[in-house]
Amino acid sequence: MTERRITSMHGAGGEVMGKLLSELILPRFAGQSEQPLGLSALDDGAILDLPSTGRIVMTTDSHIVKPIFFPGGDIGTLAAAGTLNDLAVMGARPIALTLAAVIEEGFLFSDLEIILDSLLAQLNRVGATICCGDTKVMPAGELDGIVLNTTGIGVSEHPVSDAAICPGDRILVSGTIGDHGMALLAARSDFHLDTLLESDVIAIWPMIERALLAGGAGIRAMKDPTRGGLAAALNEMARKAGVSLELDEAAIPARDEVRGLSELLGISHLEVANEGKAILVVDPAKAGDVLEALRSHPSGRCAAIIGEATREYPGRVIVGTEVGGRRFLDMPLGDPVPRIC
Amino acid sequence: MTPSFHFADPVRARQLGDAIRILAPAEPFKIVHVCGTHEMAITRNGLRRFLPETVDLLEGPGCPVCVTPASHIDHAIAIAKTGAIVCSFGDMMRVPGSECSLDEARSRGADIRTVLSASDALSLARETNRQVVFFAVGFETTTPMTAAILLEDPPANFSVLASHKQVPQAMAALLDLPENRIGAYLAPGHVSTIIGTEGYQPWLETRHVPIVVGGFEPLDILYAIALILRQHRDRIAKVENGYPRAVAAEGNPVARALLEAVFEPADAAWRGVGTIPGSGYRLRSEFASFDARQRFAVDLPPEQGEIPGCRCPDVLTARAVPLDCPLFSTTCTPLTPVGPCMVGSEGACSIWFRYGGRETL
Repeated sequence: MTERRITSMHGAGGEVMGKLLSELILPRFAGQSEQPLGLSALDDGAILDLPSTGRIVMTTDSHIVKPIFFPGGDIGTLAAAGTLNDLAVMGARPIALTLAAVIEEGFLFSDLEIILDSLLAQLNRVGATICCGDTKVMPAGELDGIVLNTTGIGVSEHPVSDAAICPGDRILVSGTIGDHGMALLAARSDFHLDTLLESDVIAIWPMIERALLAGGAGIRAMKDPTRGGLAAALNEMARKAGVSLELDEAAIPARDEVRGLSELLGISHLEVANEGKAILVVDPAKAGDVLEALRSHPSGRCAAIIGEATREYPGRVIVGTEVGGRRFLDMPLGDPVPRIC
Repeated sequence: MTPSFHFADPVRARQLGDAIRILAPAEPFKIVHVCGTHEMAITRNGLRRFLPETVDLLEGPGCPVCVTPASHIDHAIAIAKTGAIVCSFGDMMRVPGSECSLDEARSRGADIRTVLSASDALSLARETNRQVVFFAVGFETTTPMTAAILLEDPPANFSVLASHKQVPQAMAALLDLPENRIGAYLAPGHVSTIIGTEGYQPWLETRHVPIVVGGFEPLDILYAIALILRQHRDRIAKVENGYPRAVAAEGNPVARALLEAVFEPADAAWRGVGTIPGSGYRLRSEFASFDARQRFAVDLPPEQGEIPGCRCPDVLTARAVPLDCPLFSTTCTPLTPVGPCMVGSEGACSIWFRYGGRETL
């Protein structure tokens, strides 16, 4: 029996697409919703209740990744966690996601099912639902597999920006840095590398919730260091806040495999993506409590205080190197290219 | 902790820093290294902080991409225009040729692809009937790889545009440049694994400058600098191995045998330096049929001379640091590079820009 594949009919809005929804989508996501009008209604839009207190936080992200299935996750994990984490670092409890899929003709049904299961697993971690969605199919060769867009809605009593930093605040990261980016670089077949390294992709709201409870208004800023890694996120924060962020390189948690790959490829692990980590900038009086709260959650087991905000070089990030030197850590320019020698 | 991170041990680094200060000469003393990986390690780890004021540490022609002359890039582009697939290392793509870079040529329709190794180019040739040309750039570290694929019975549609270079000859040539008072060399660990400490002797034995082979961990580099300063203090000048865990006196005889089976020494043009006798390689006559220069008859544009305002020639010859160039980090950045040292990831300007070497902290 040949494997079932996506055809152009699956995106055409007719009976075939209806069957796709009823076979793959609804059984996974329809039962979840407690909203007045959710996915199962298959109406033109979803209806959500406004929270009685707090504010709505919204974010959107389109997800492409190569390879689609990578060590530690797949594009489904990424599409859910990426958007859920953007909400989380705004201090918002994720409520619902939209899911728009653009799929290449010929894509395997079985692969799509794995992707949807991954997505569901992340939603279940945080108690969020898919409230509406869309499916389009593009002709074979015009798209590299699948593109997923998710828009997220969350609710926050006290939204947290990425910019309200004062000199003296401590900089925390919730765990090891560079896992996702290095795992993907290693997984790309052209490097011929064999590692056990896995992406850190995961929805981090349960951990962030604990940190918020422990730190309250002492948590001045949060950000998830995705594309461009820790270097890009910290530079953005330093620029917006007009402070200098001074890091202690030896305190930045990183797996030995990640450090090794970083050396091997000539690509800094501080410049590659994380998909299950947060940077938190915290009032020094609350830093210990927040660190403890992060570490009490499995996703934050390796959390650490890695530096503090100063006035020395406003808008810049400084690293005190492990060996005892000092340098600037600048905004990465673009996609890192491996070194040749 | 893996052993590698041991080599960043701050206590030992301080001890070496103390030794370096005690050994420091009273007069200005210039140490030159010739390796982008050294510059990366020095800058990334902030190691210049350990040097006394009298000691300068500069990158010379250590970036294989940067020293590749524009005419070789022109040649690769001209070959691609005949319809052949040209394979290049990614680092080479944006380096300016006389009229344009490989990247720009590609955007105008030339089939120029990036590969991670010579063998990737060979694999491509085996999968197609089209002509595949490997643009072979690099020092003694990459040359044996190019040699190895030519010994692997490559298909007839494969050829090599060789632009390989030898480091010791360039080190010797730099000593002869006017006003270039080089006190000592920190010799490159990678290259030395192939050529050994013995590889420097024919070229540099009589030049009376200390040459110390150094590794790439922070402590390796500080240790090598201490060895250099000790030689200087004791008024001796010899080739010394500061990286014995990787480098043997005789180097890697297997790799050298491969290299010598395929290549023979030839004069070579270095961007910023000029032609240095015997500092390059050409394919031996047995491999002439795989020489892209012979296979493709192409017309080359007149080679563009210096880039106005760009001090890459001085940076490549260790007569200036990136900060001395008026274009550095103003009009010349990795996004809008003017000279090759800002393009190649091993180039001093690119490293200083990326790893924060642009101001003293």
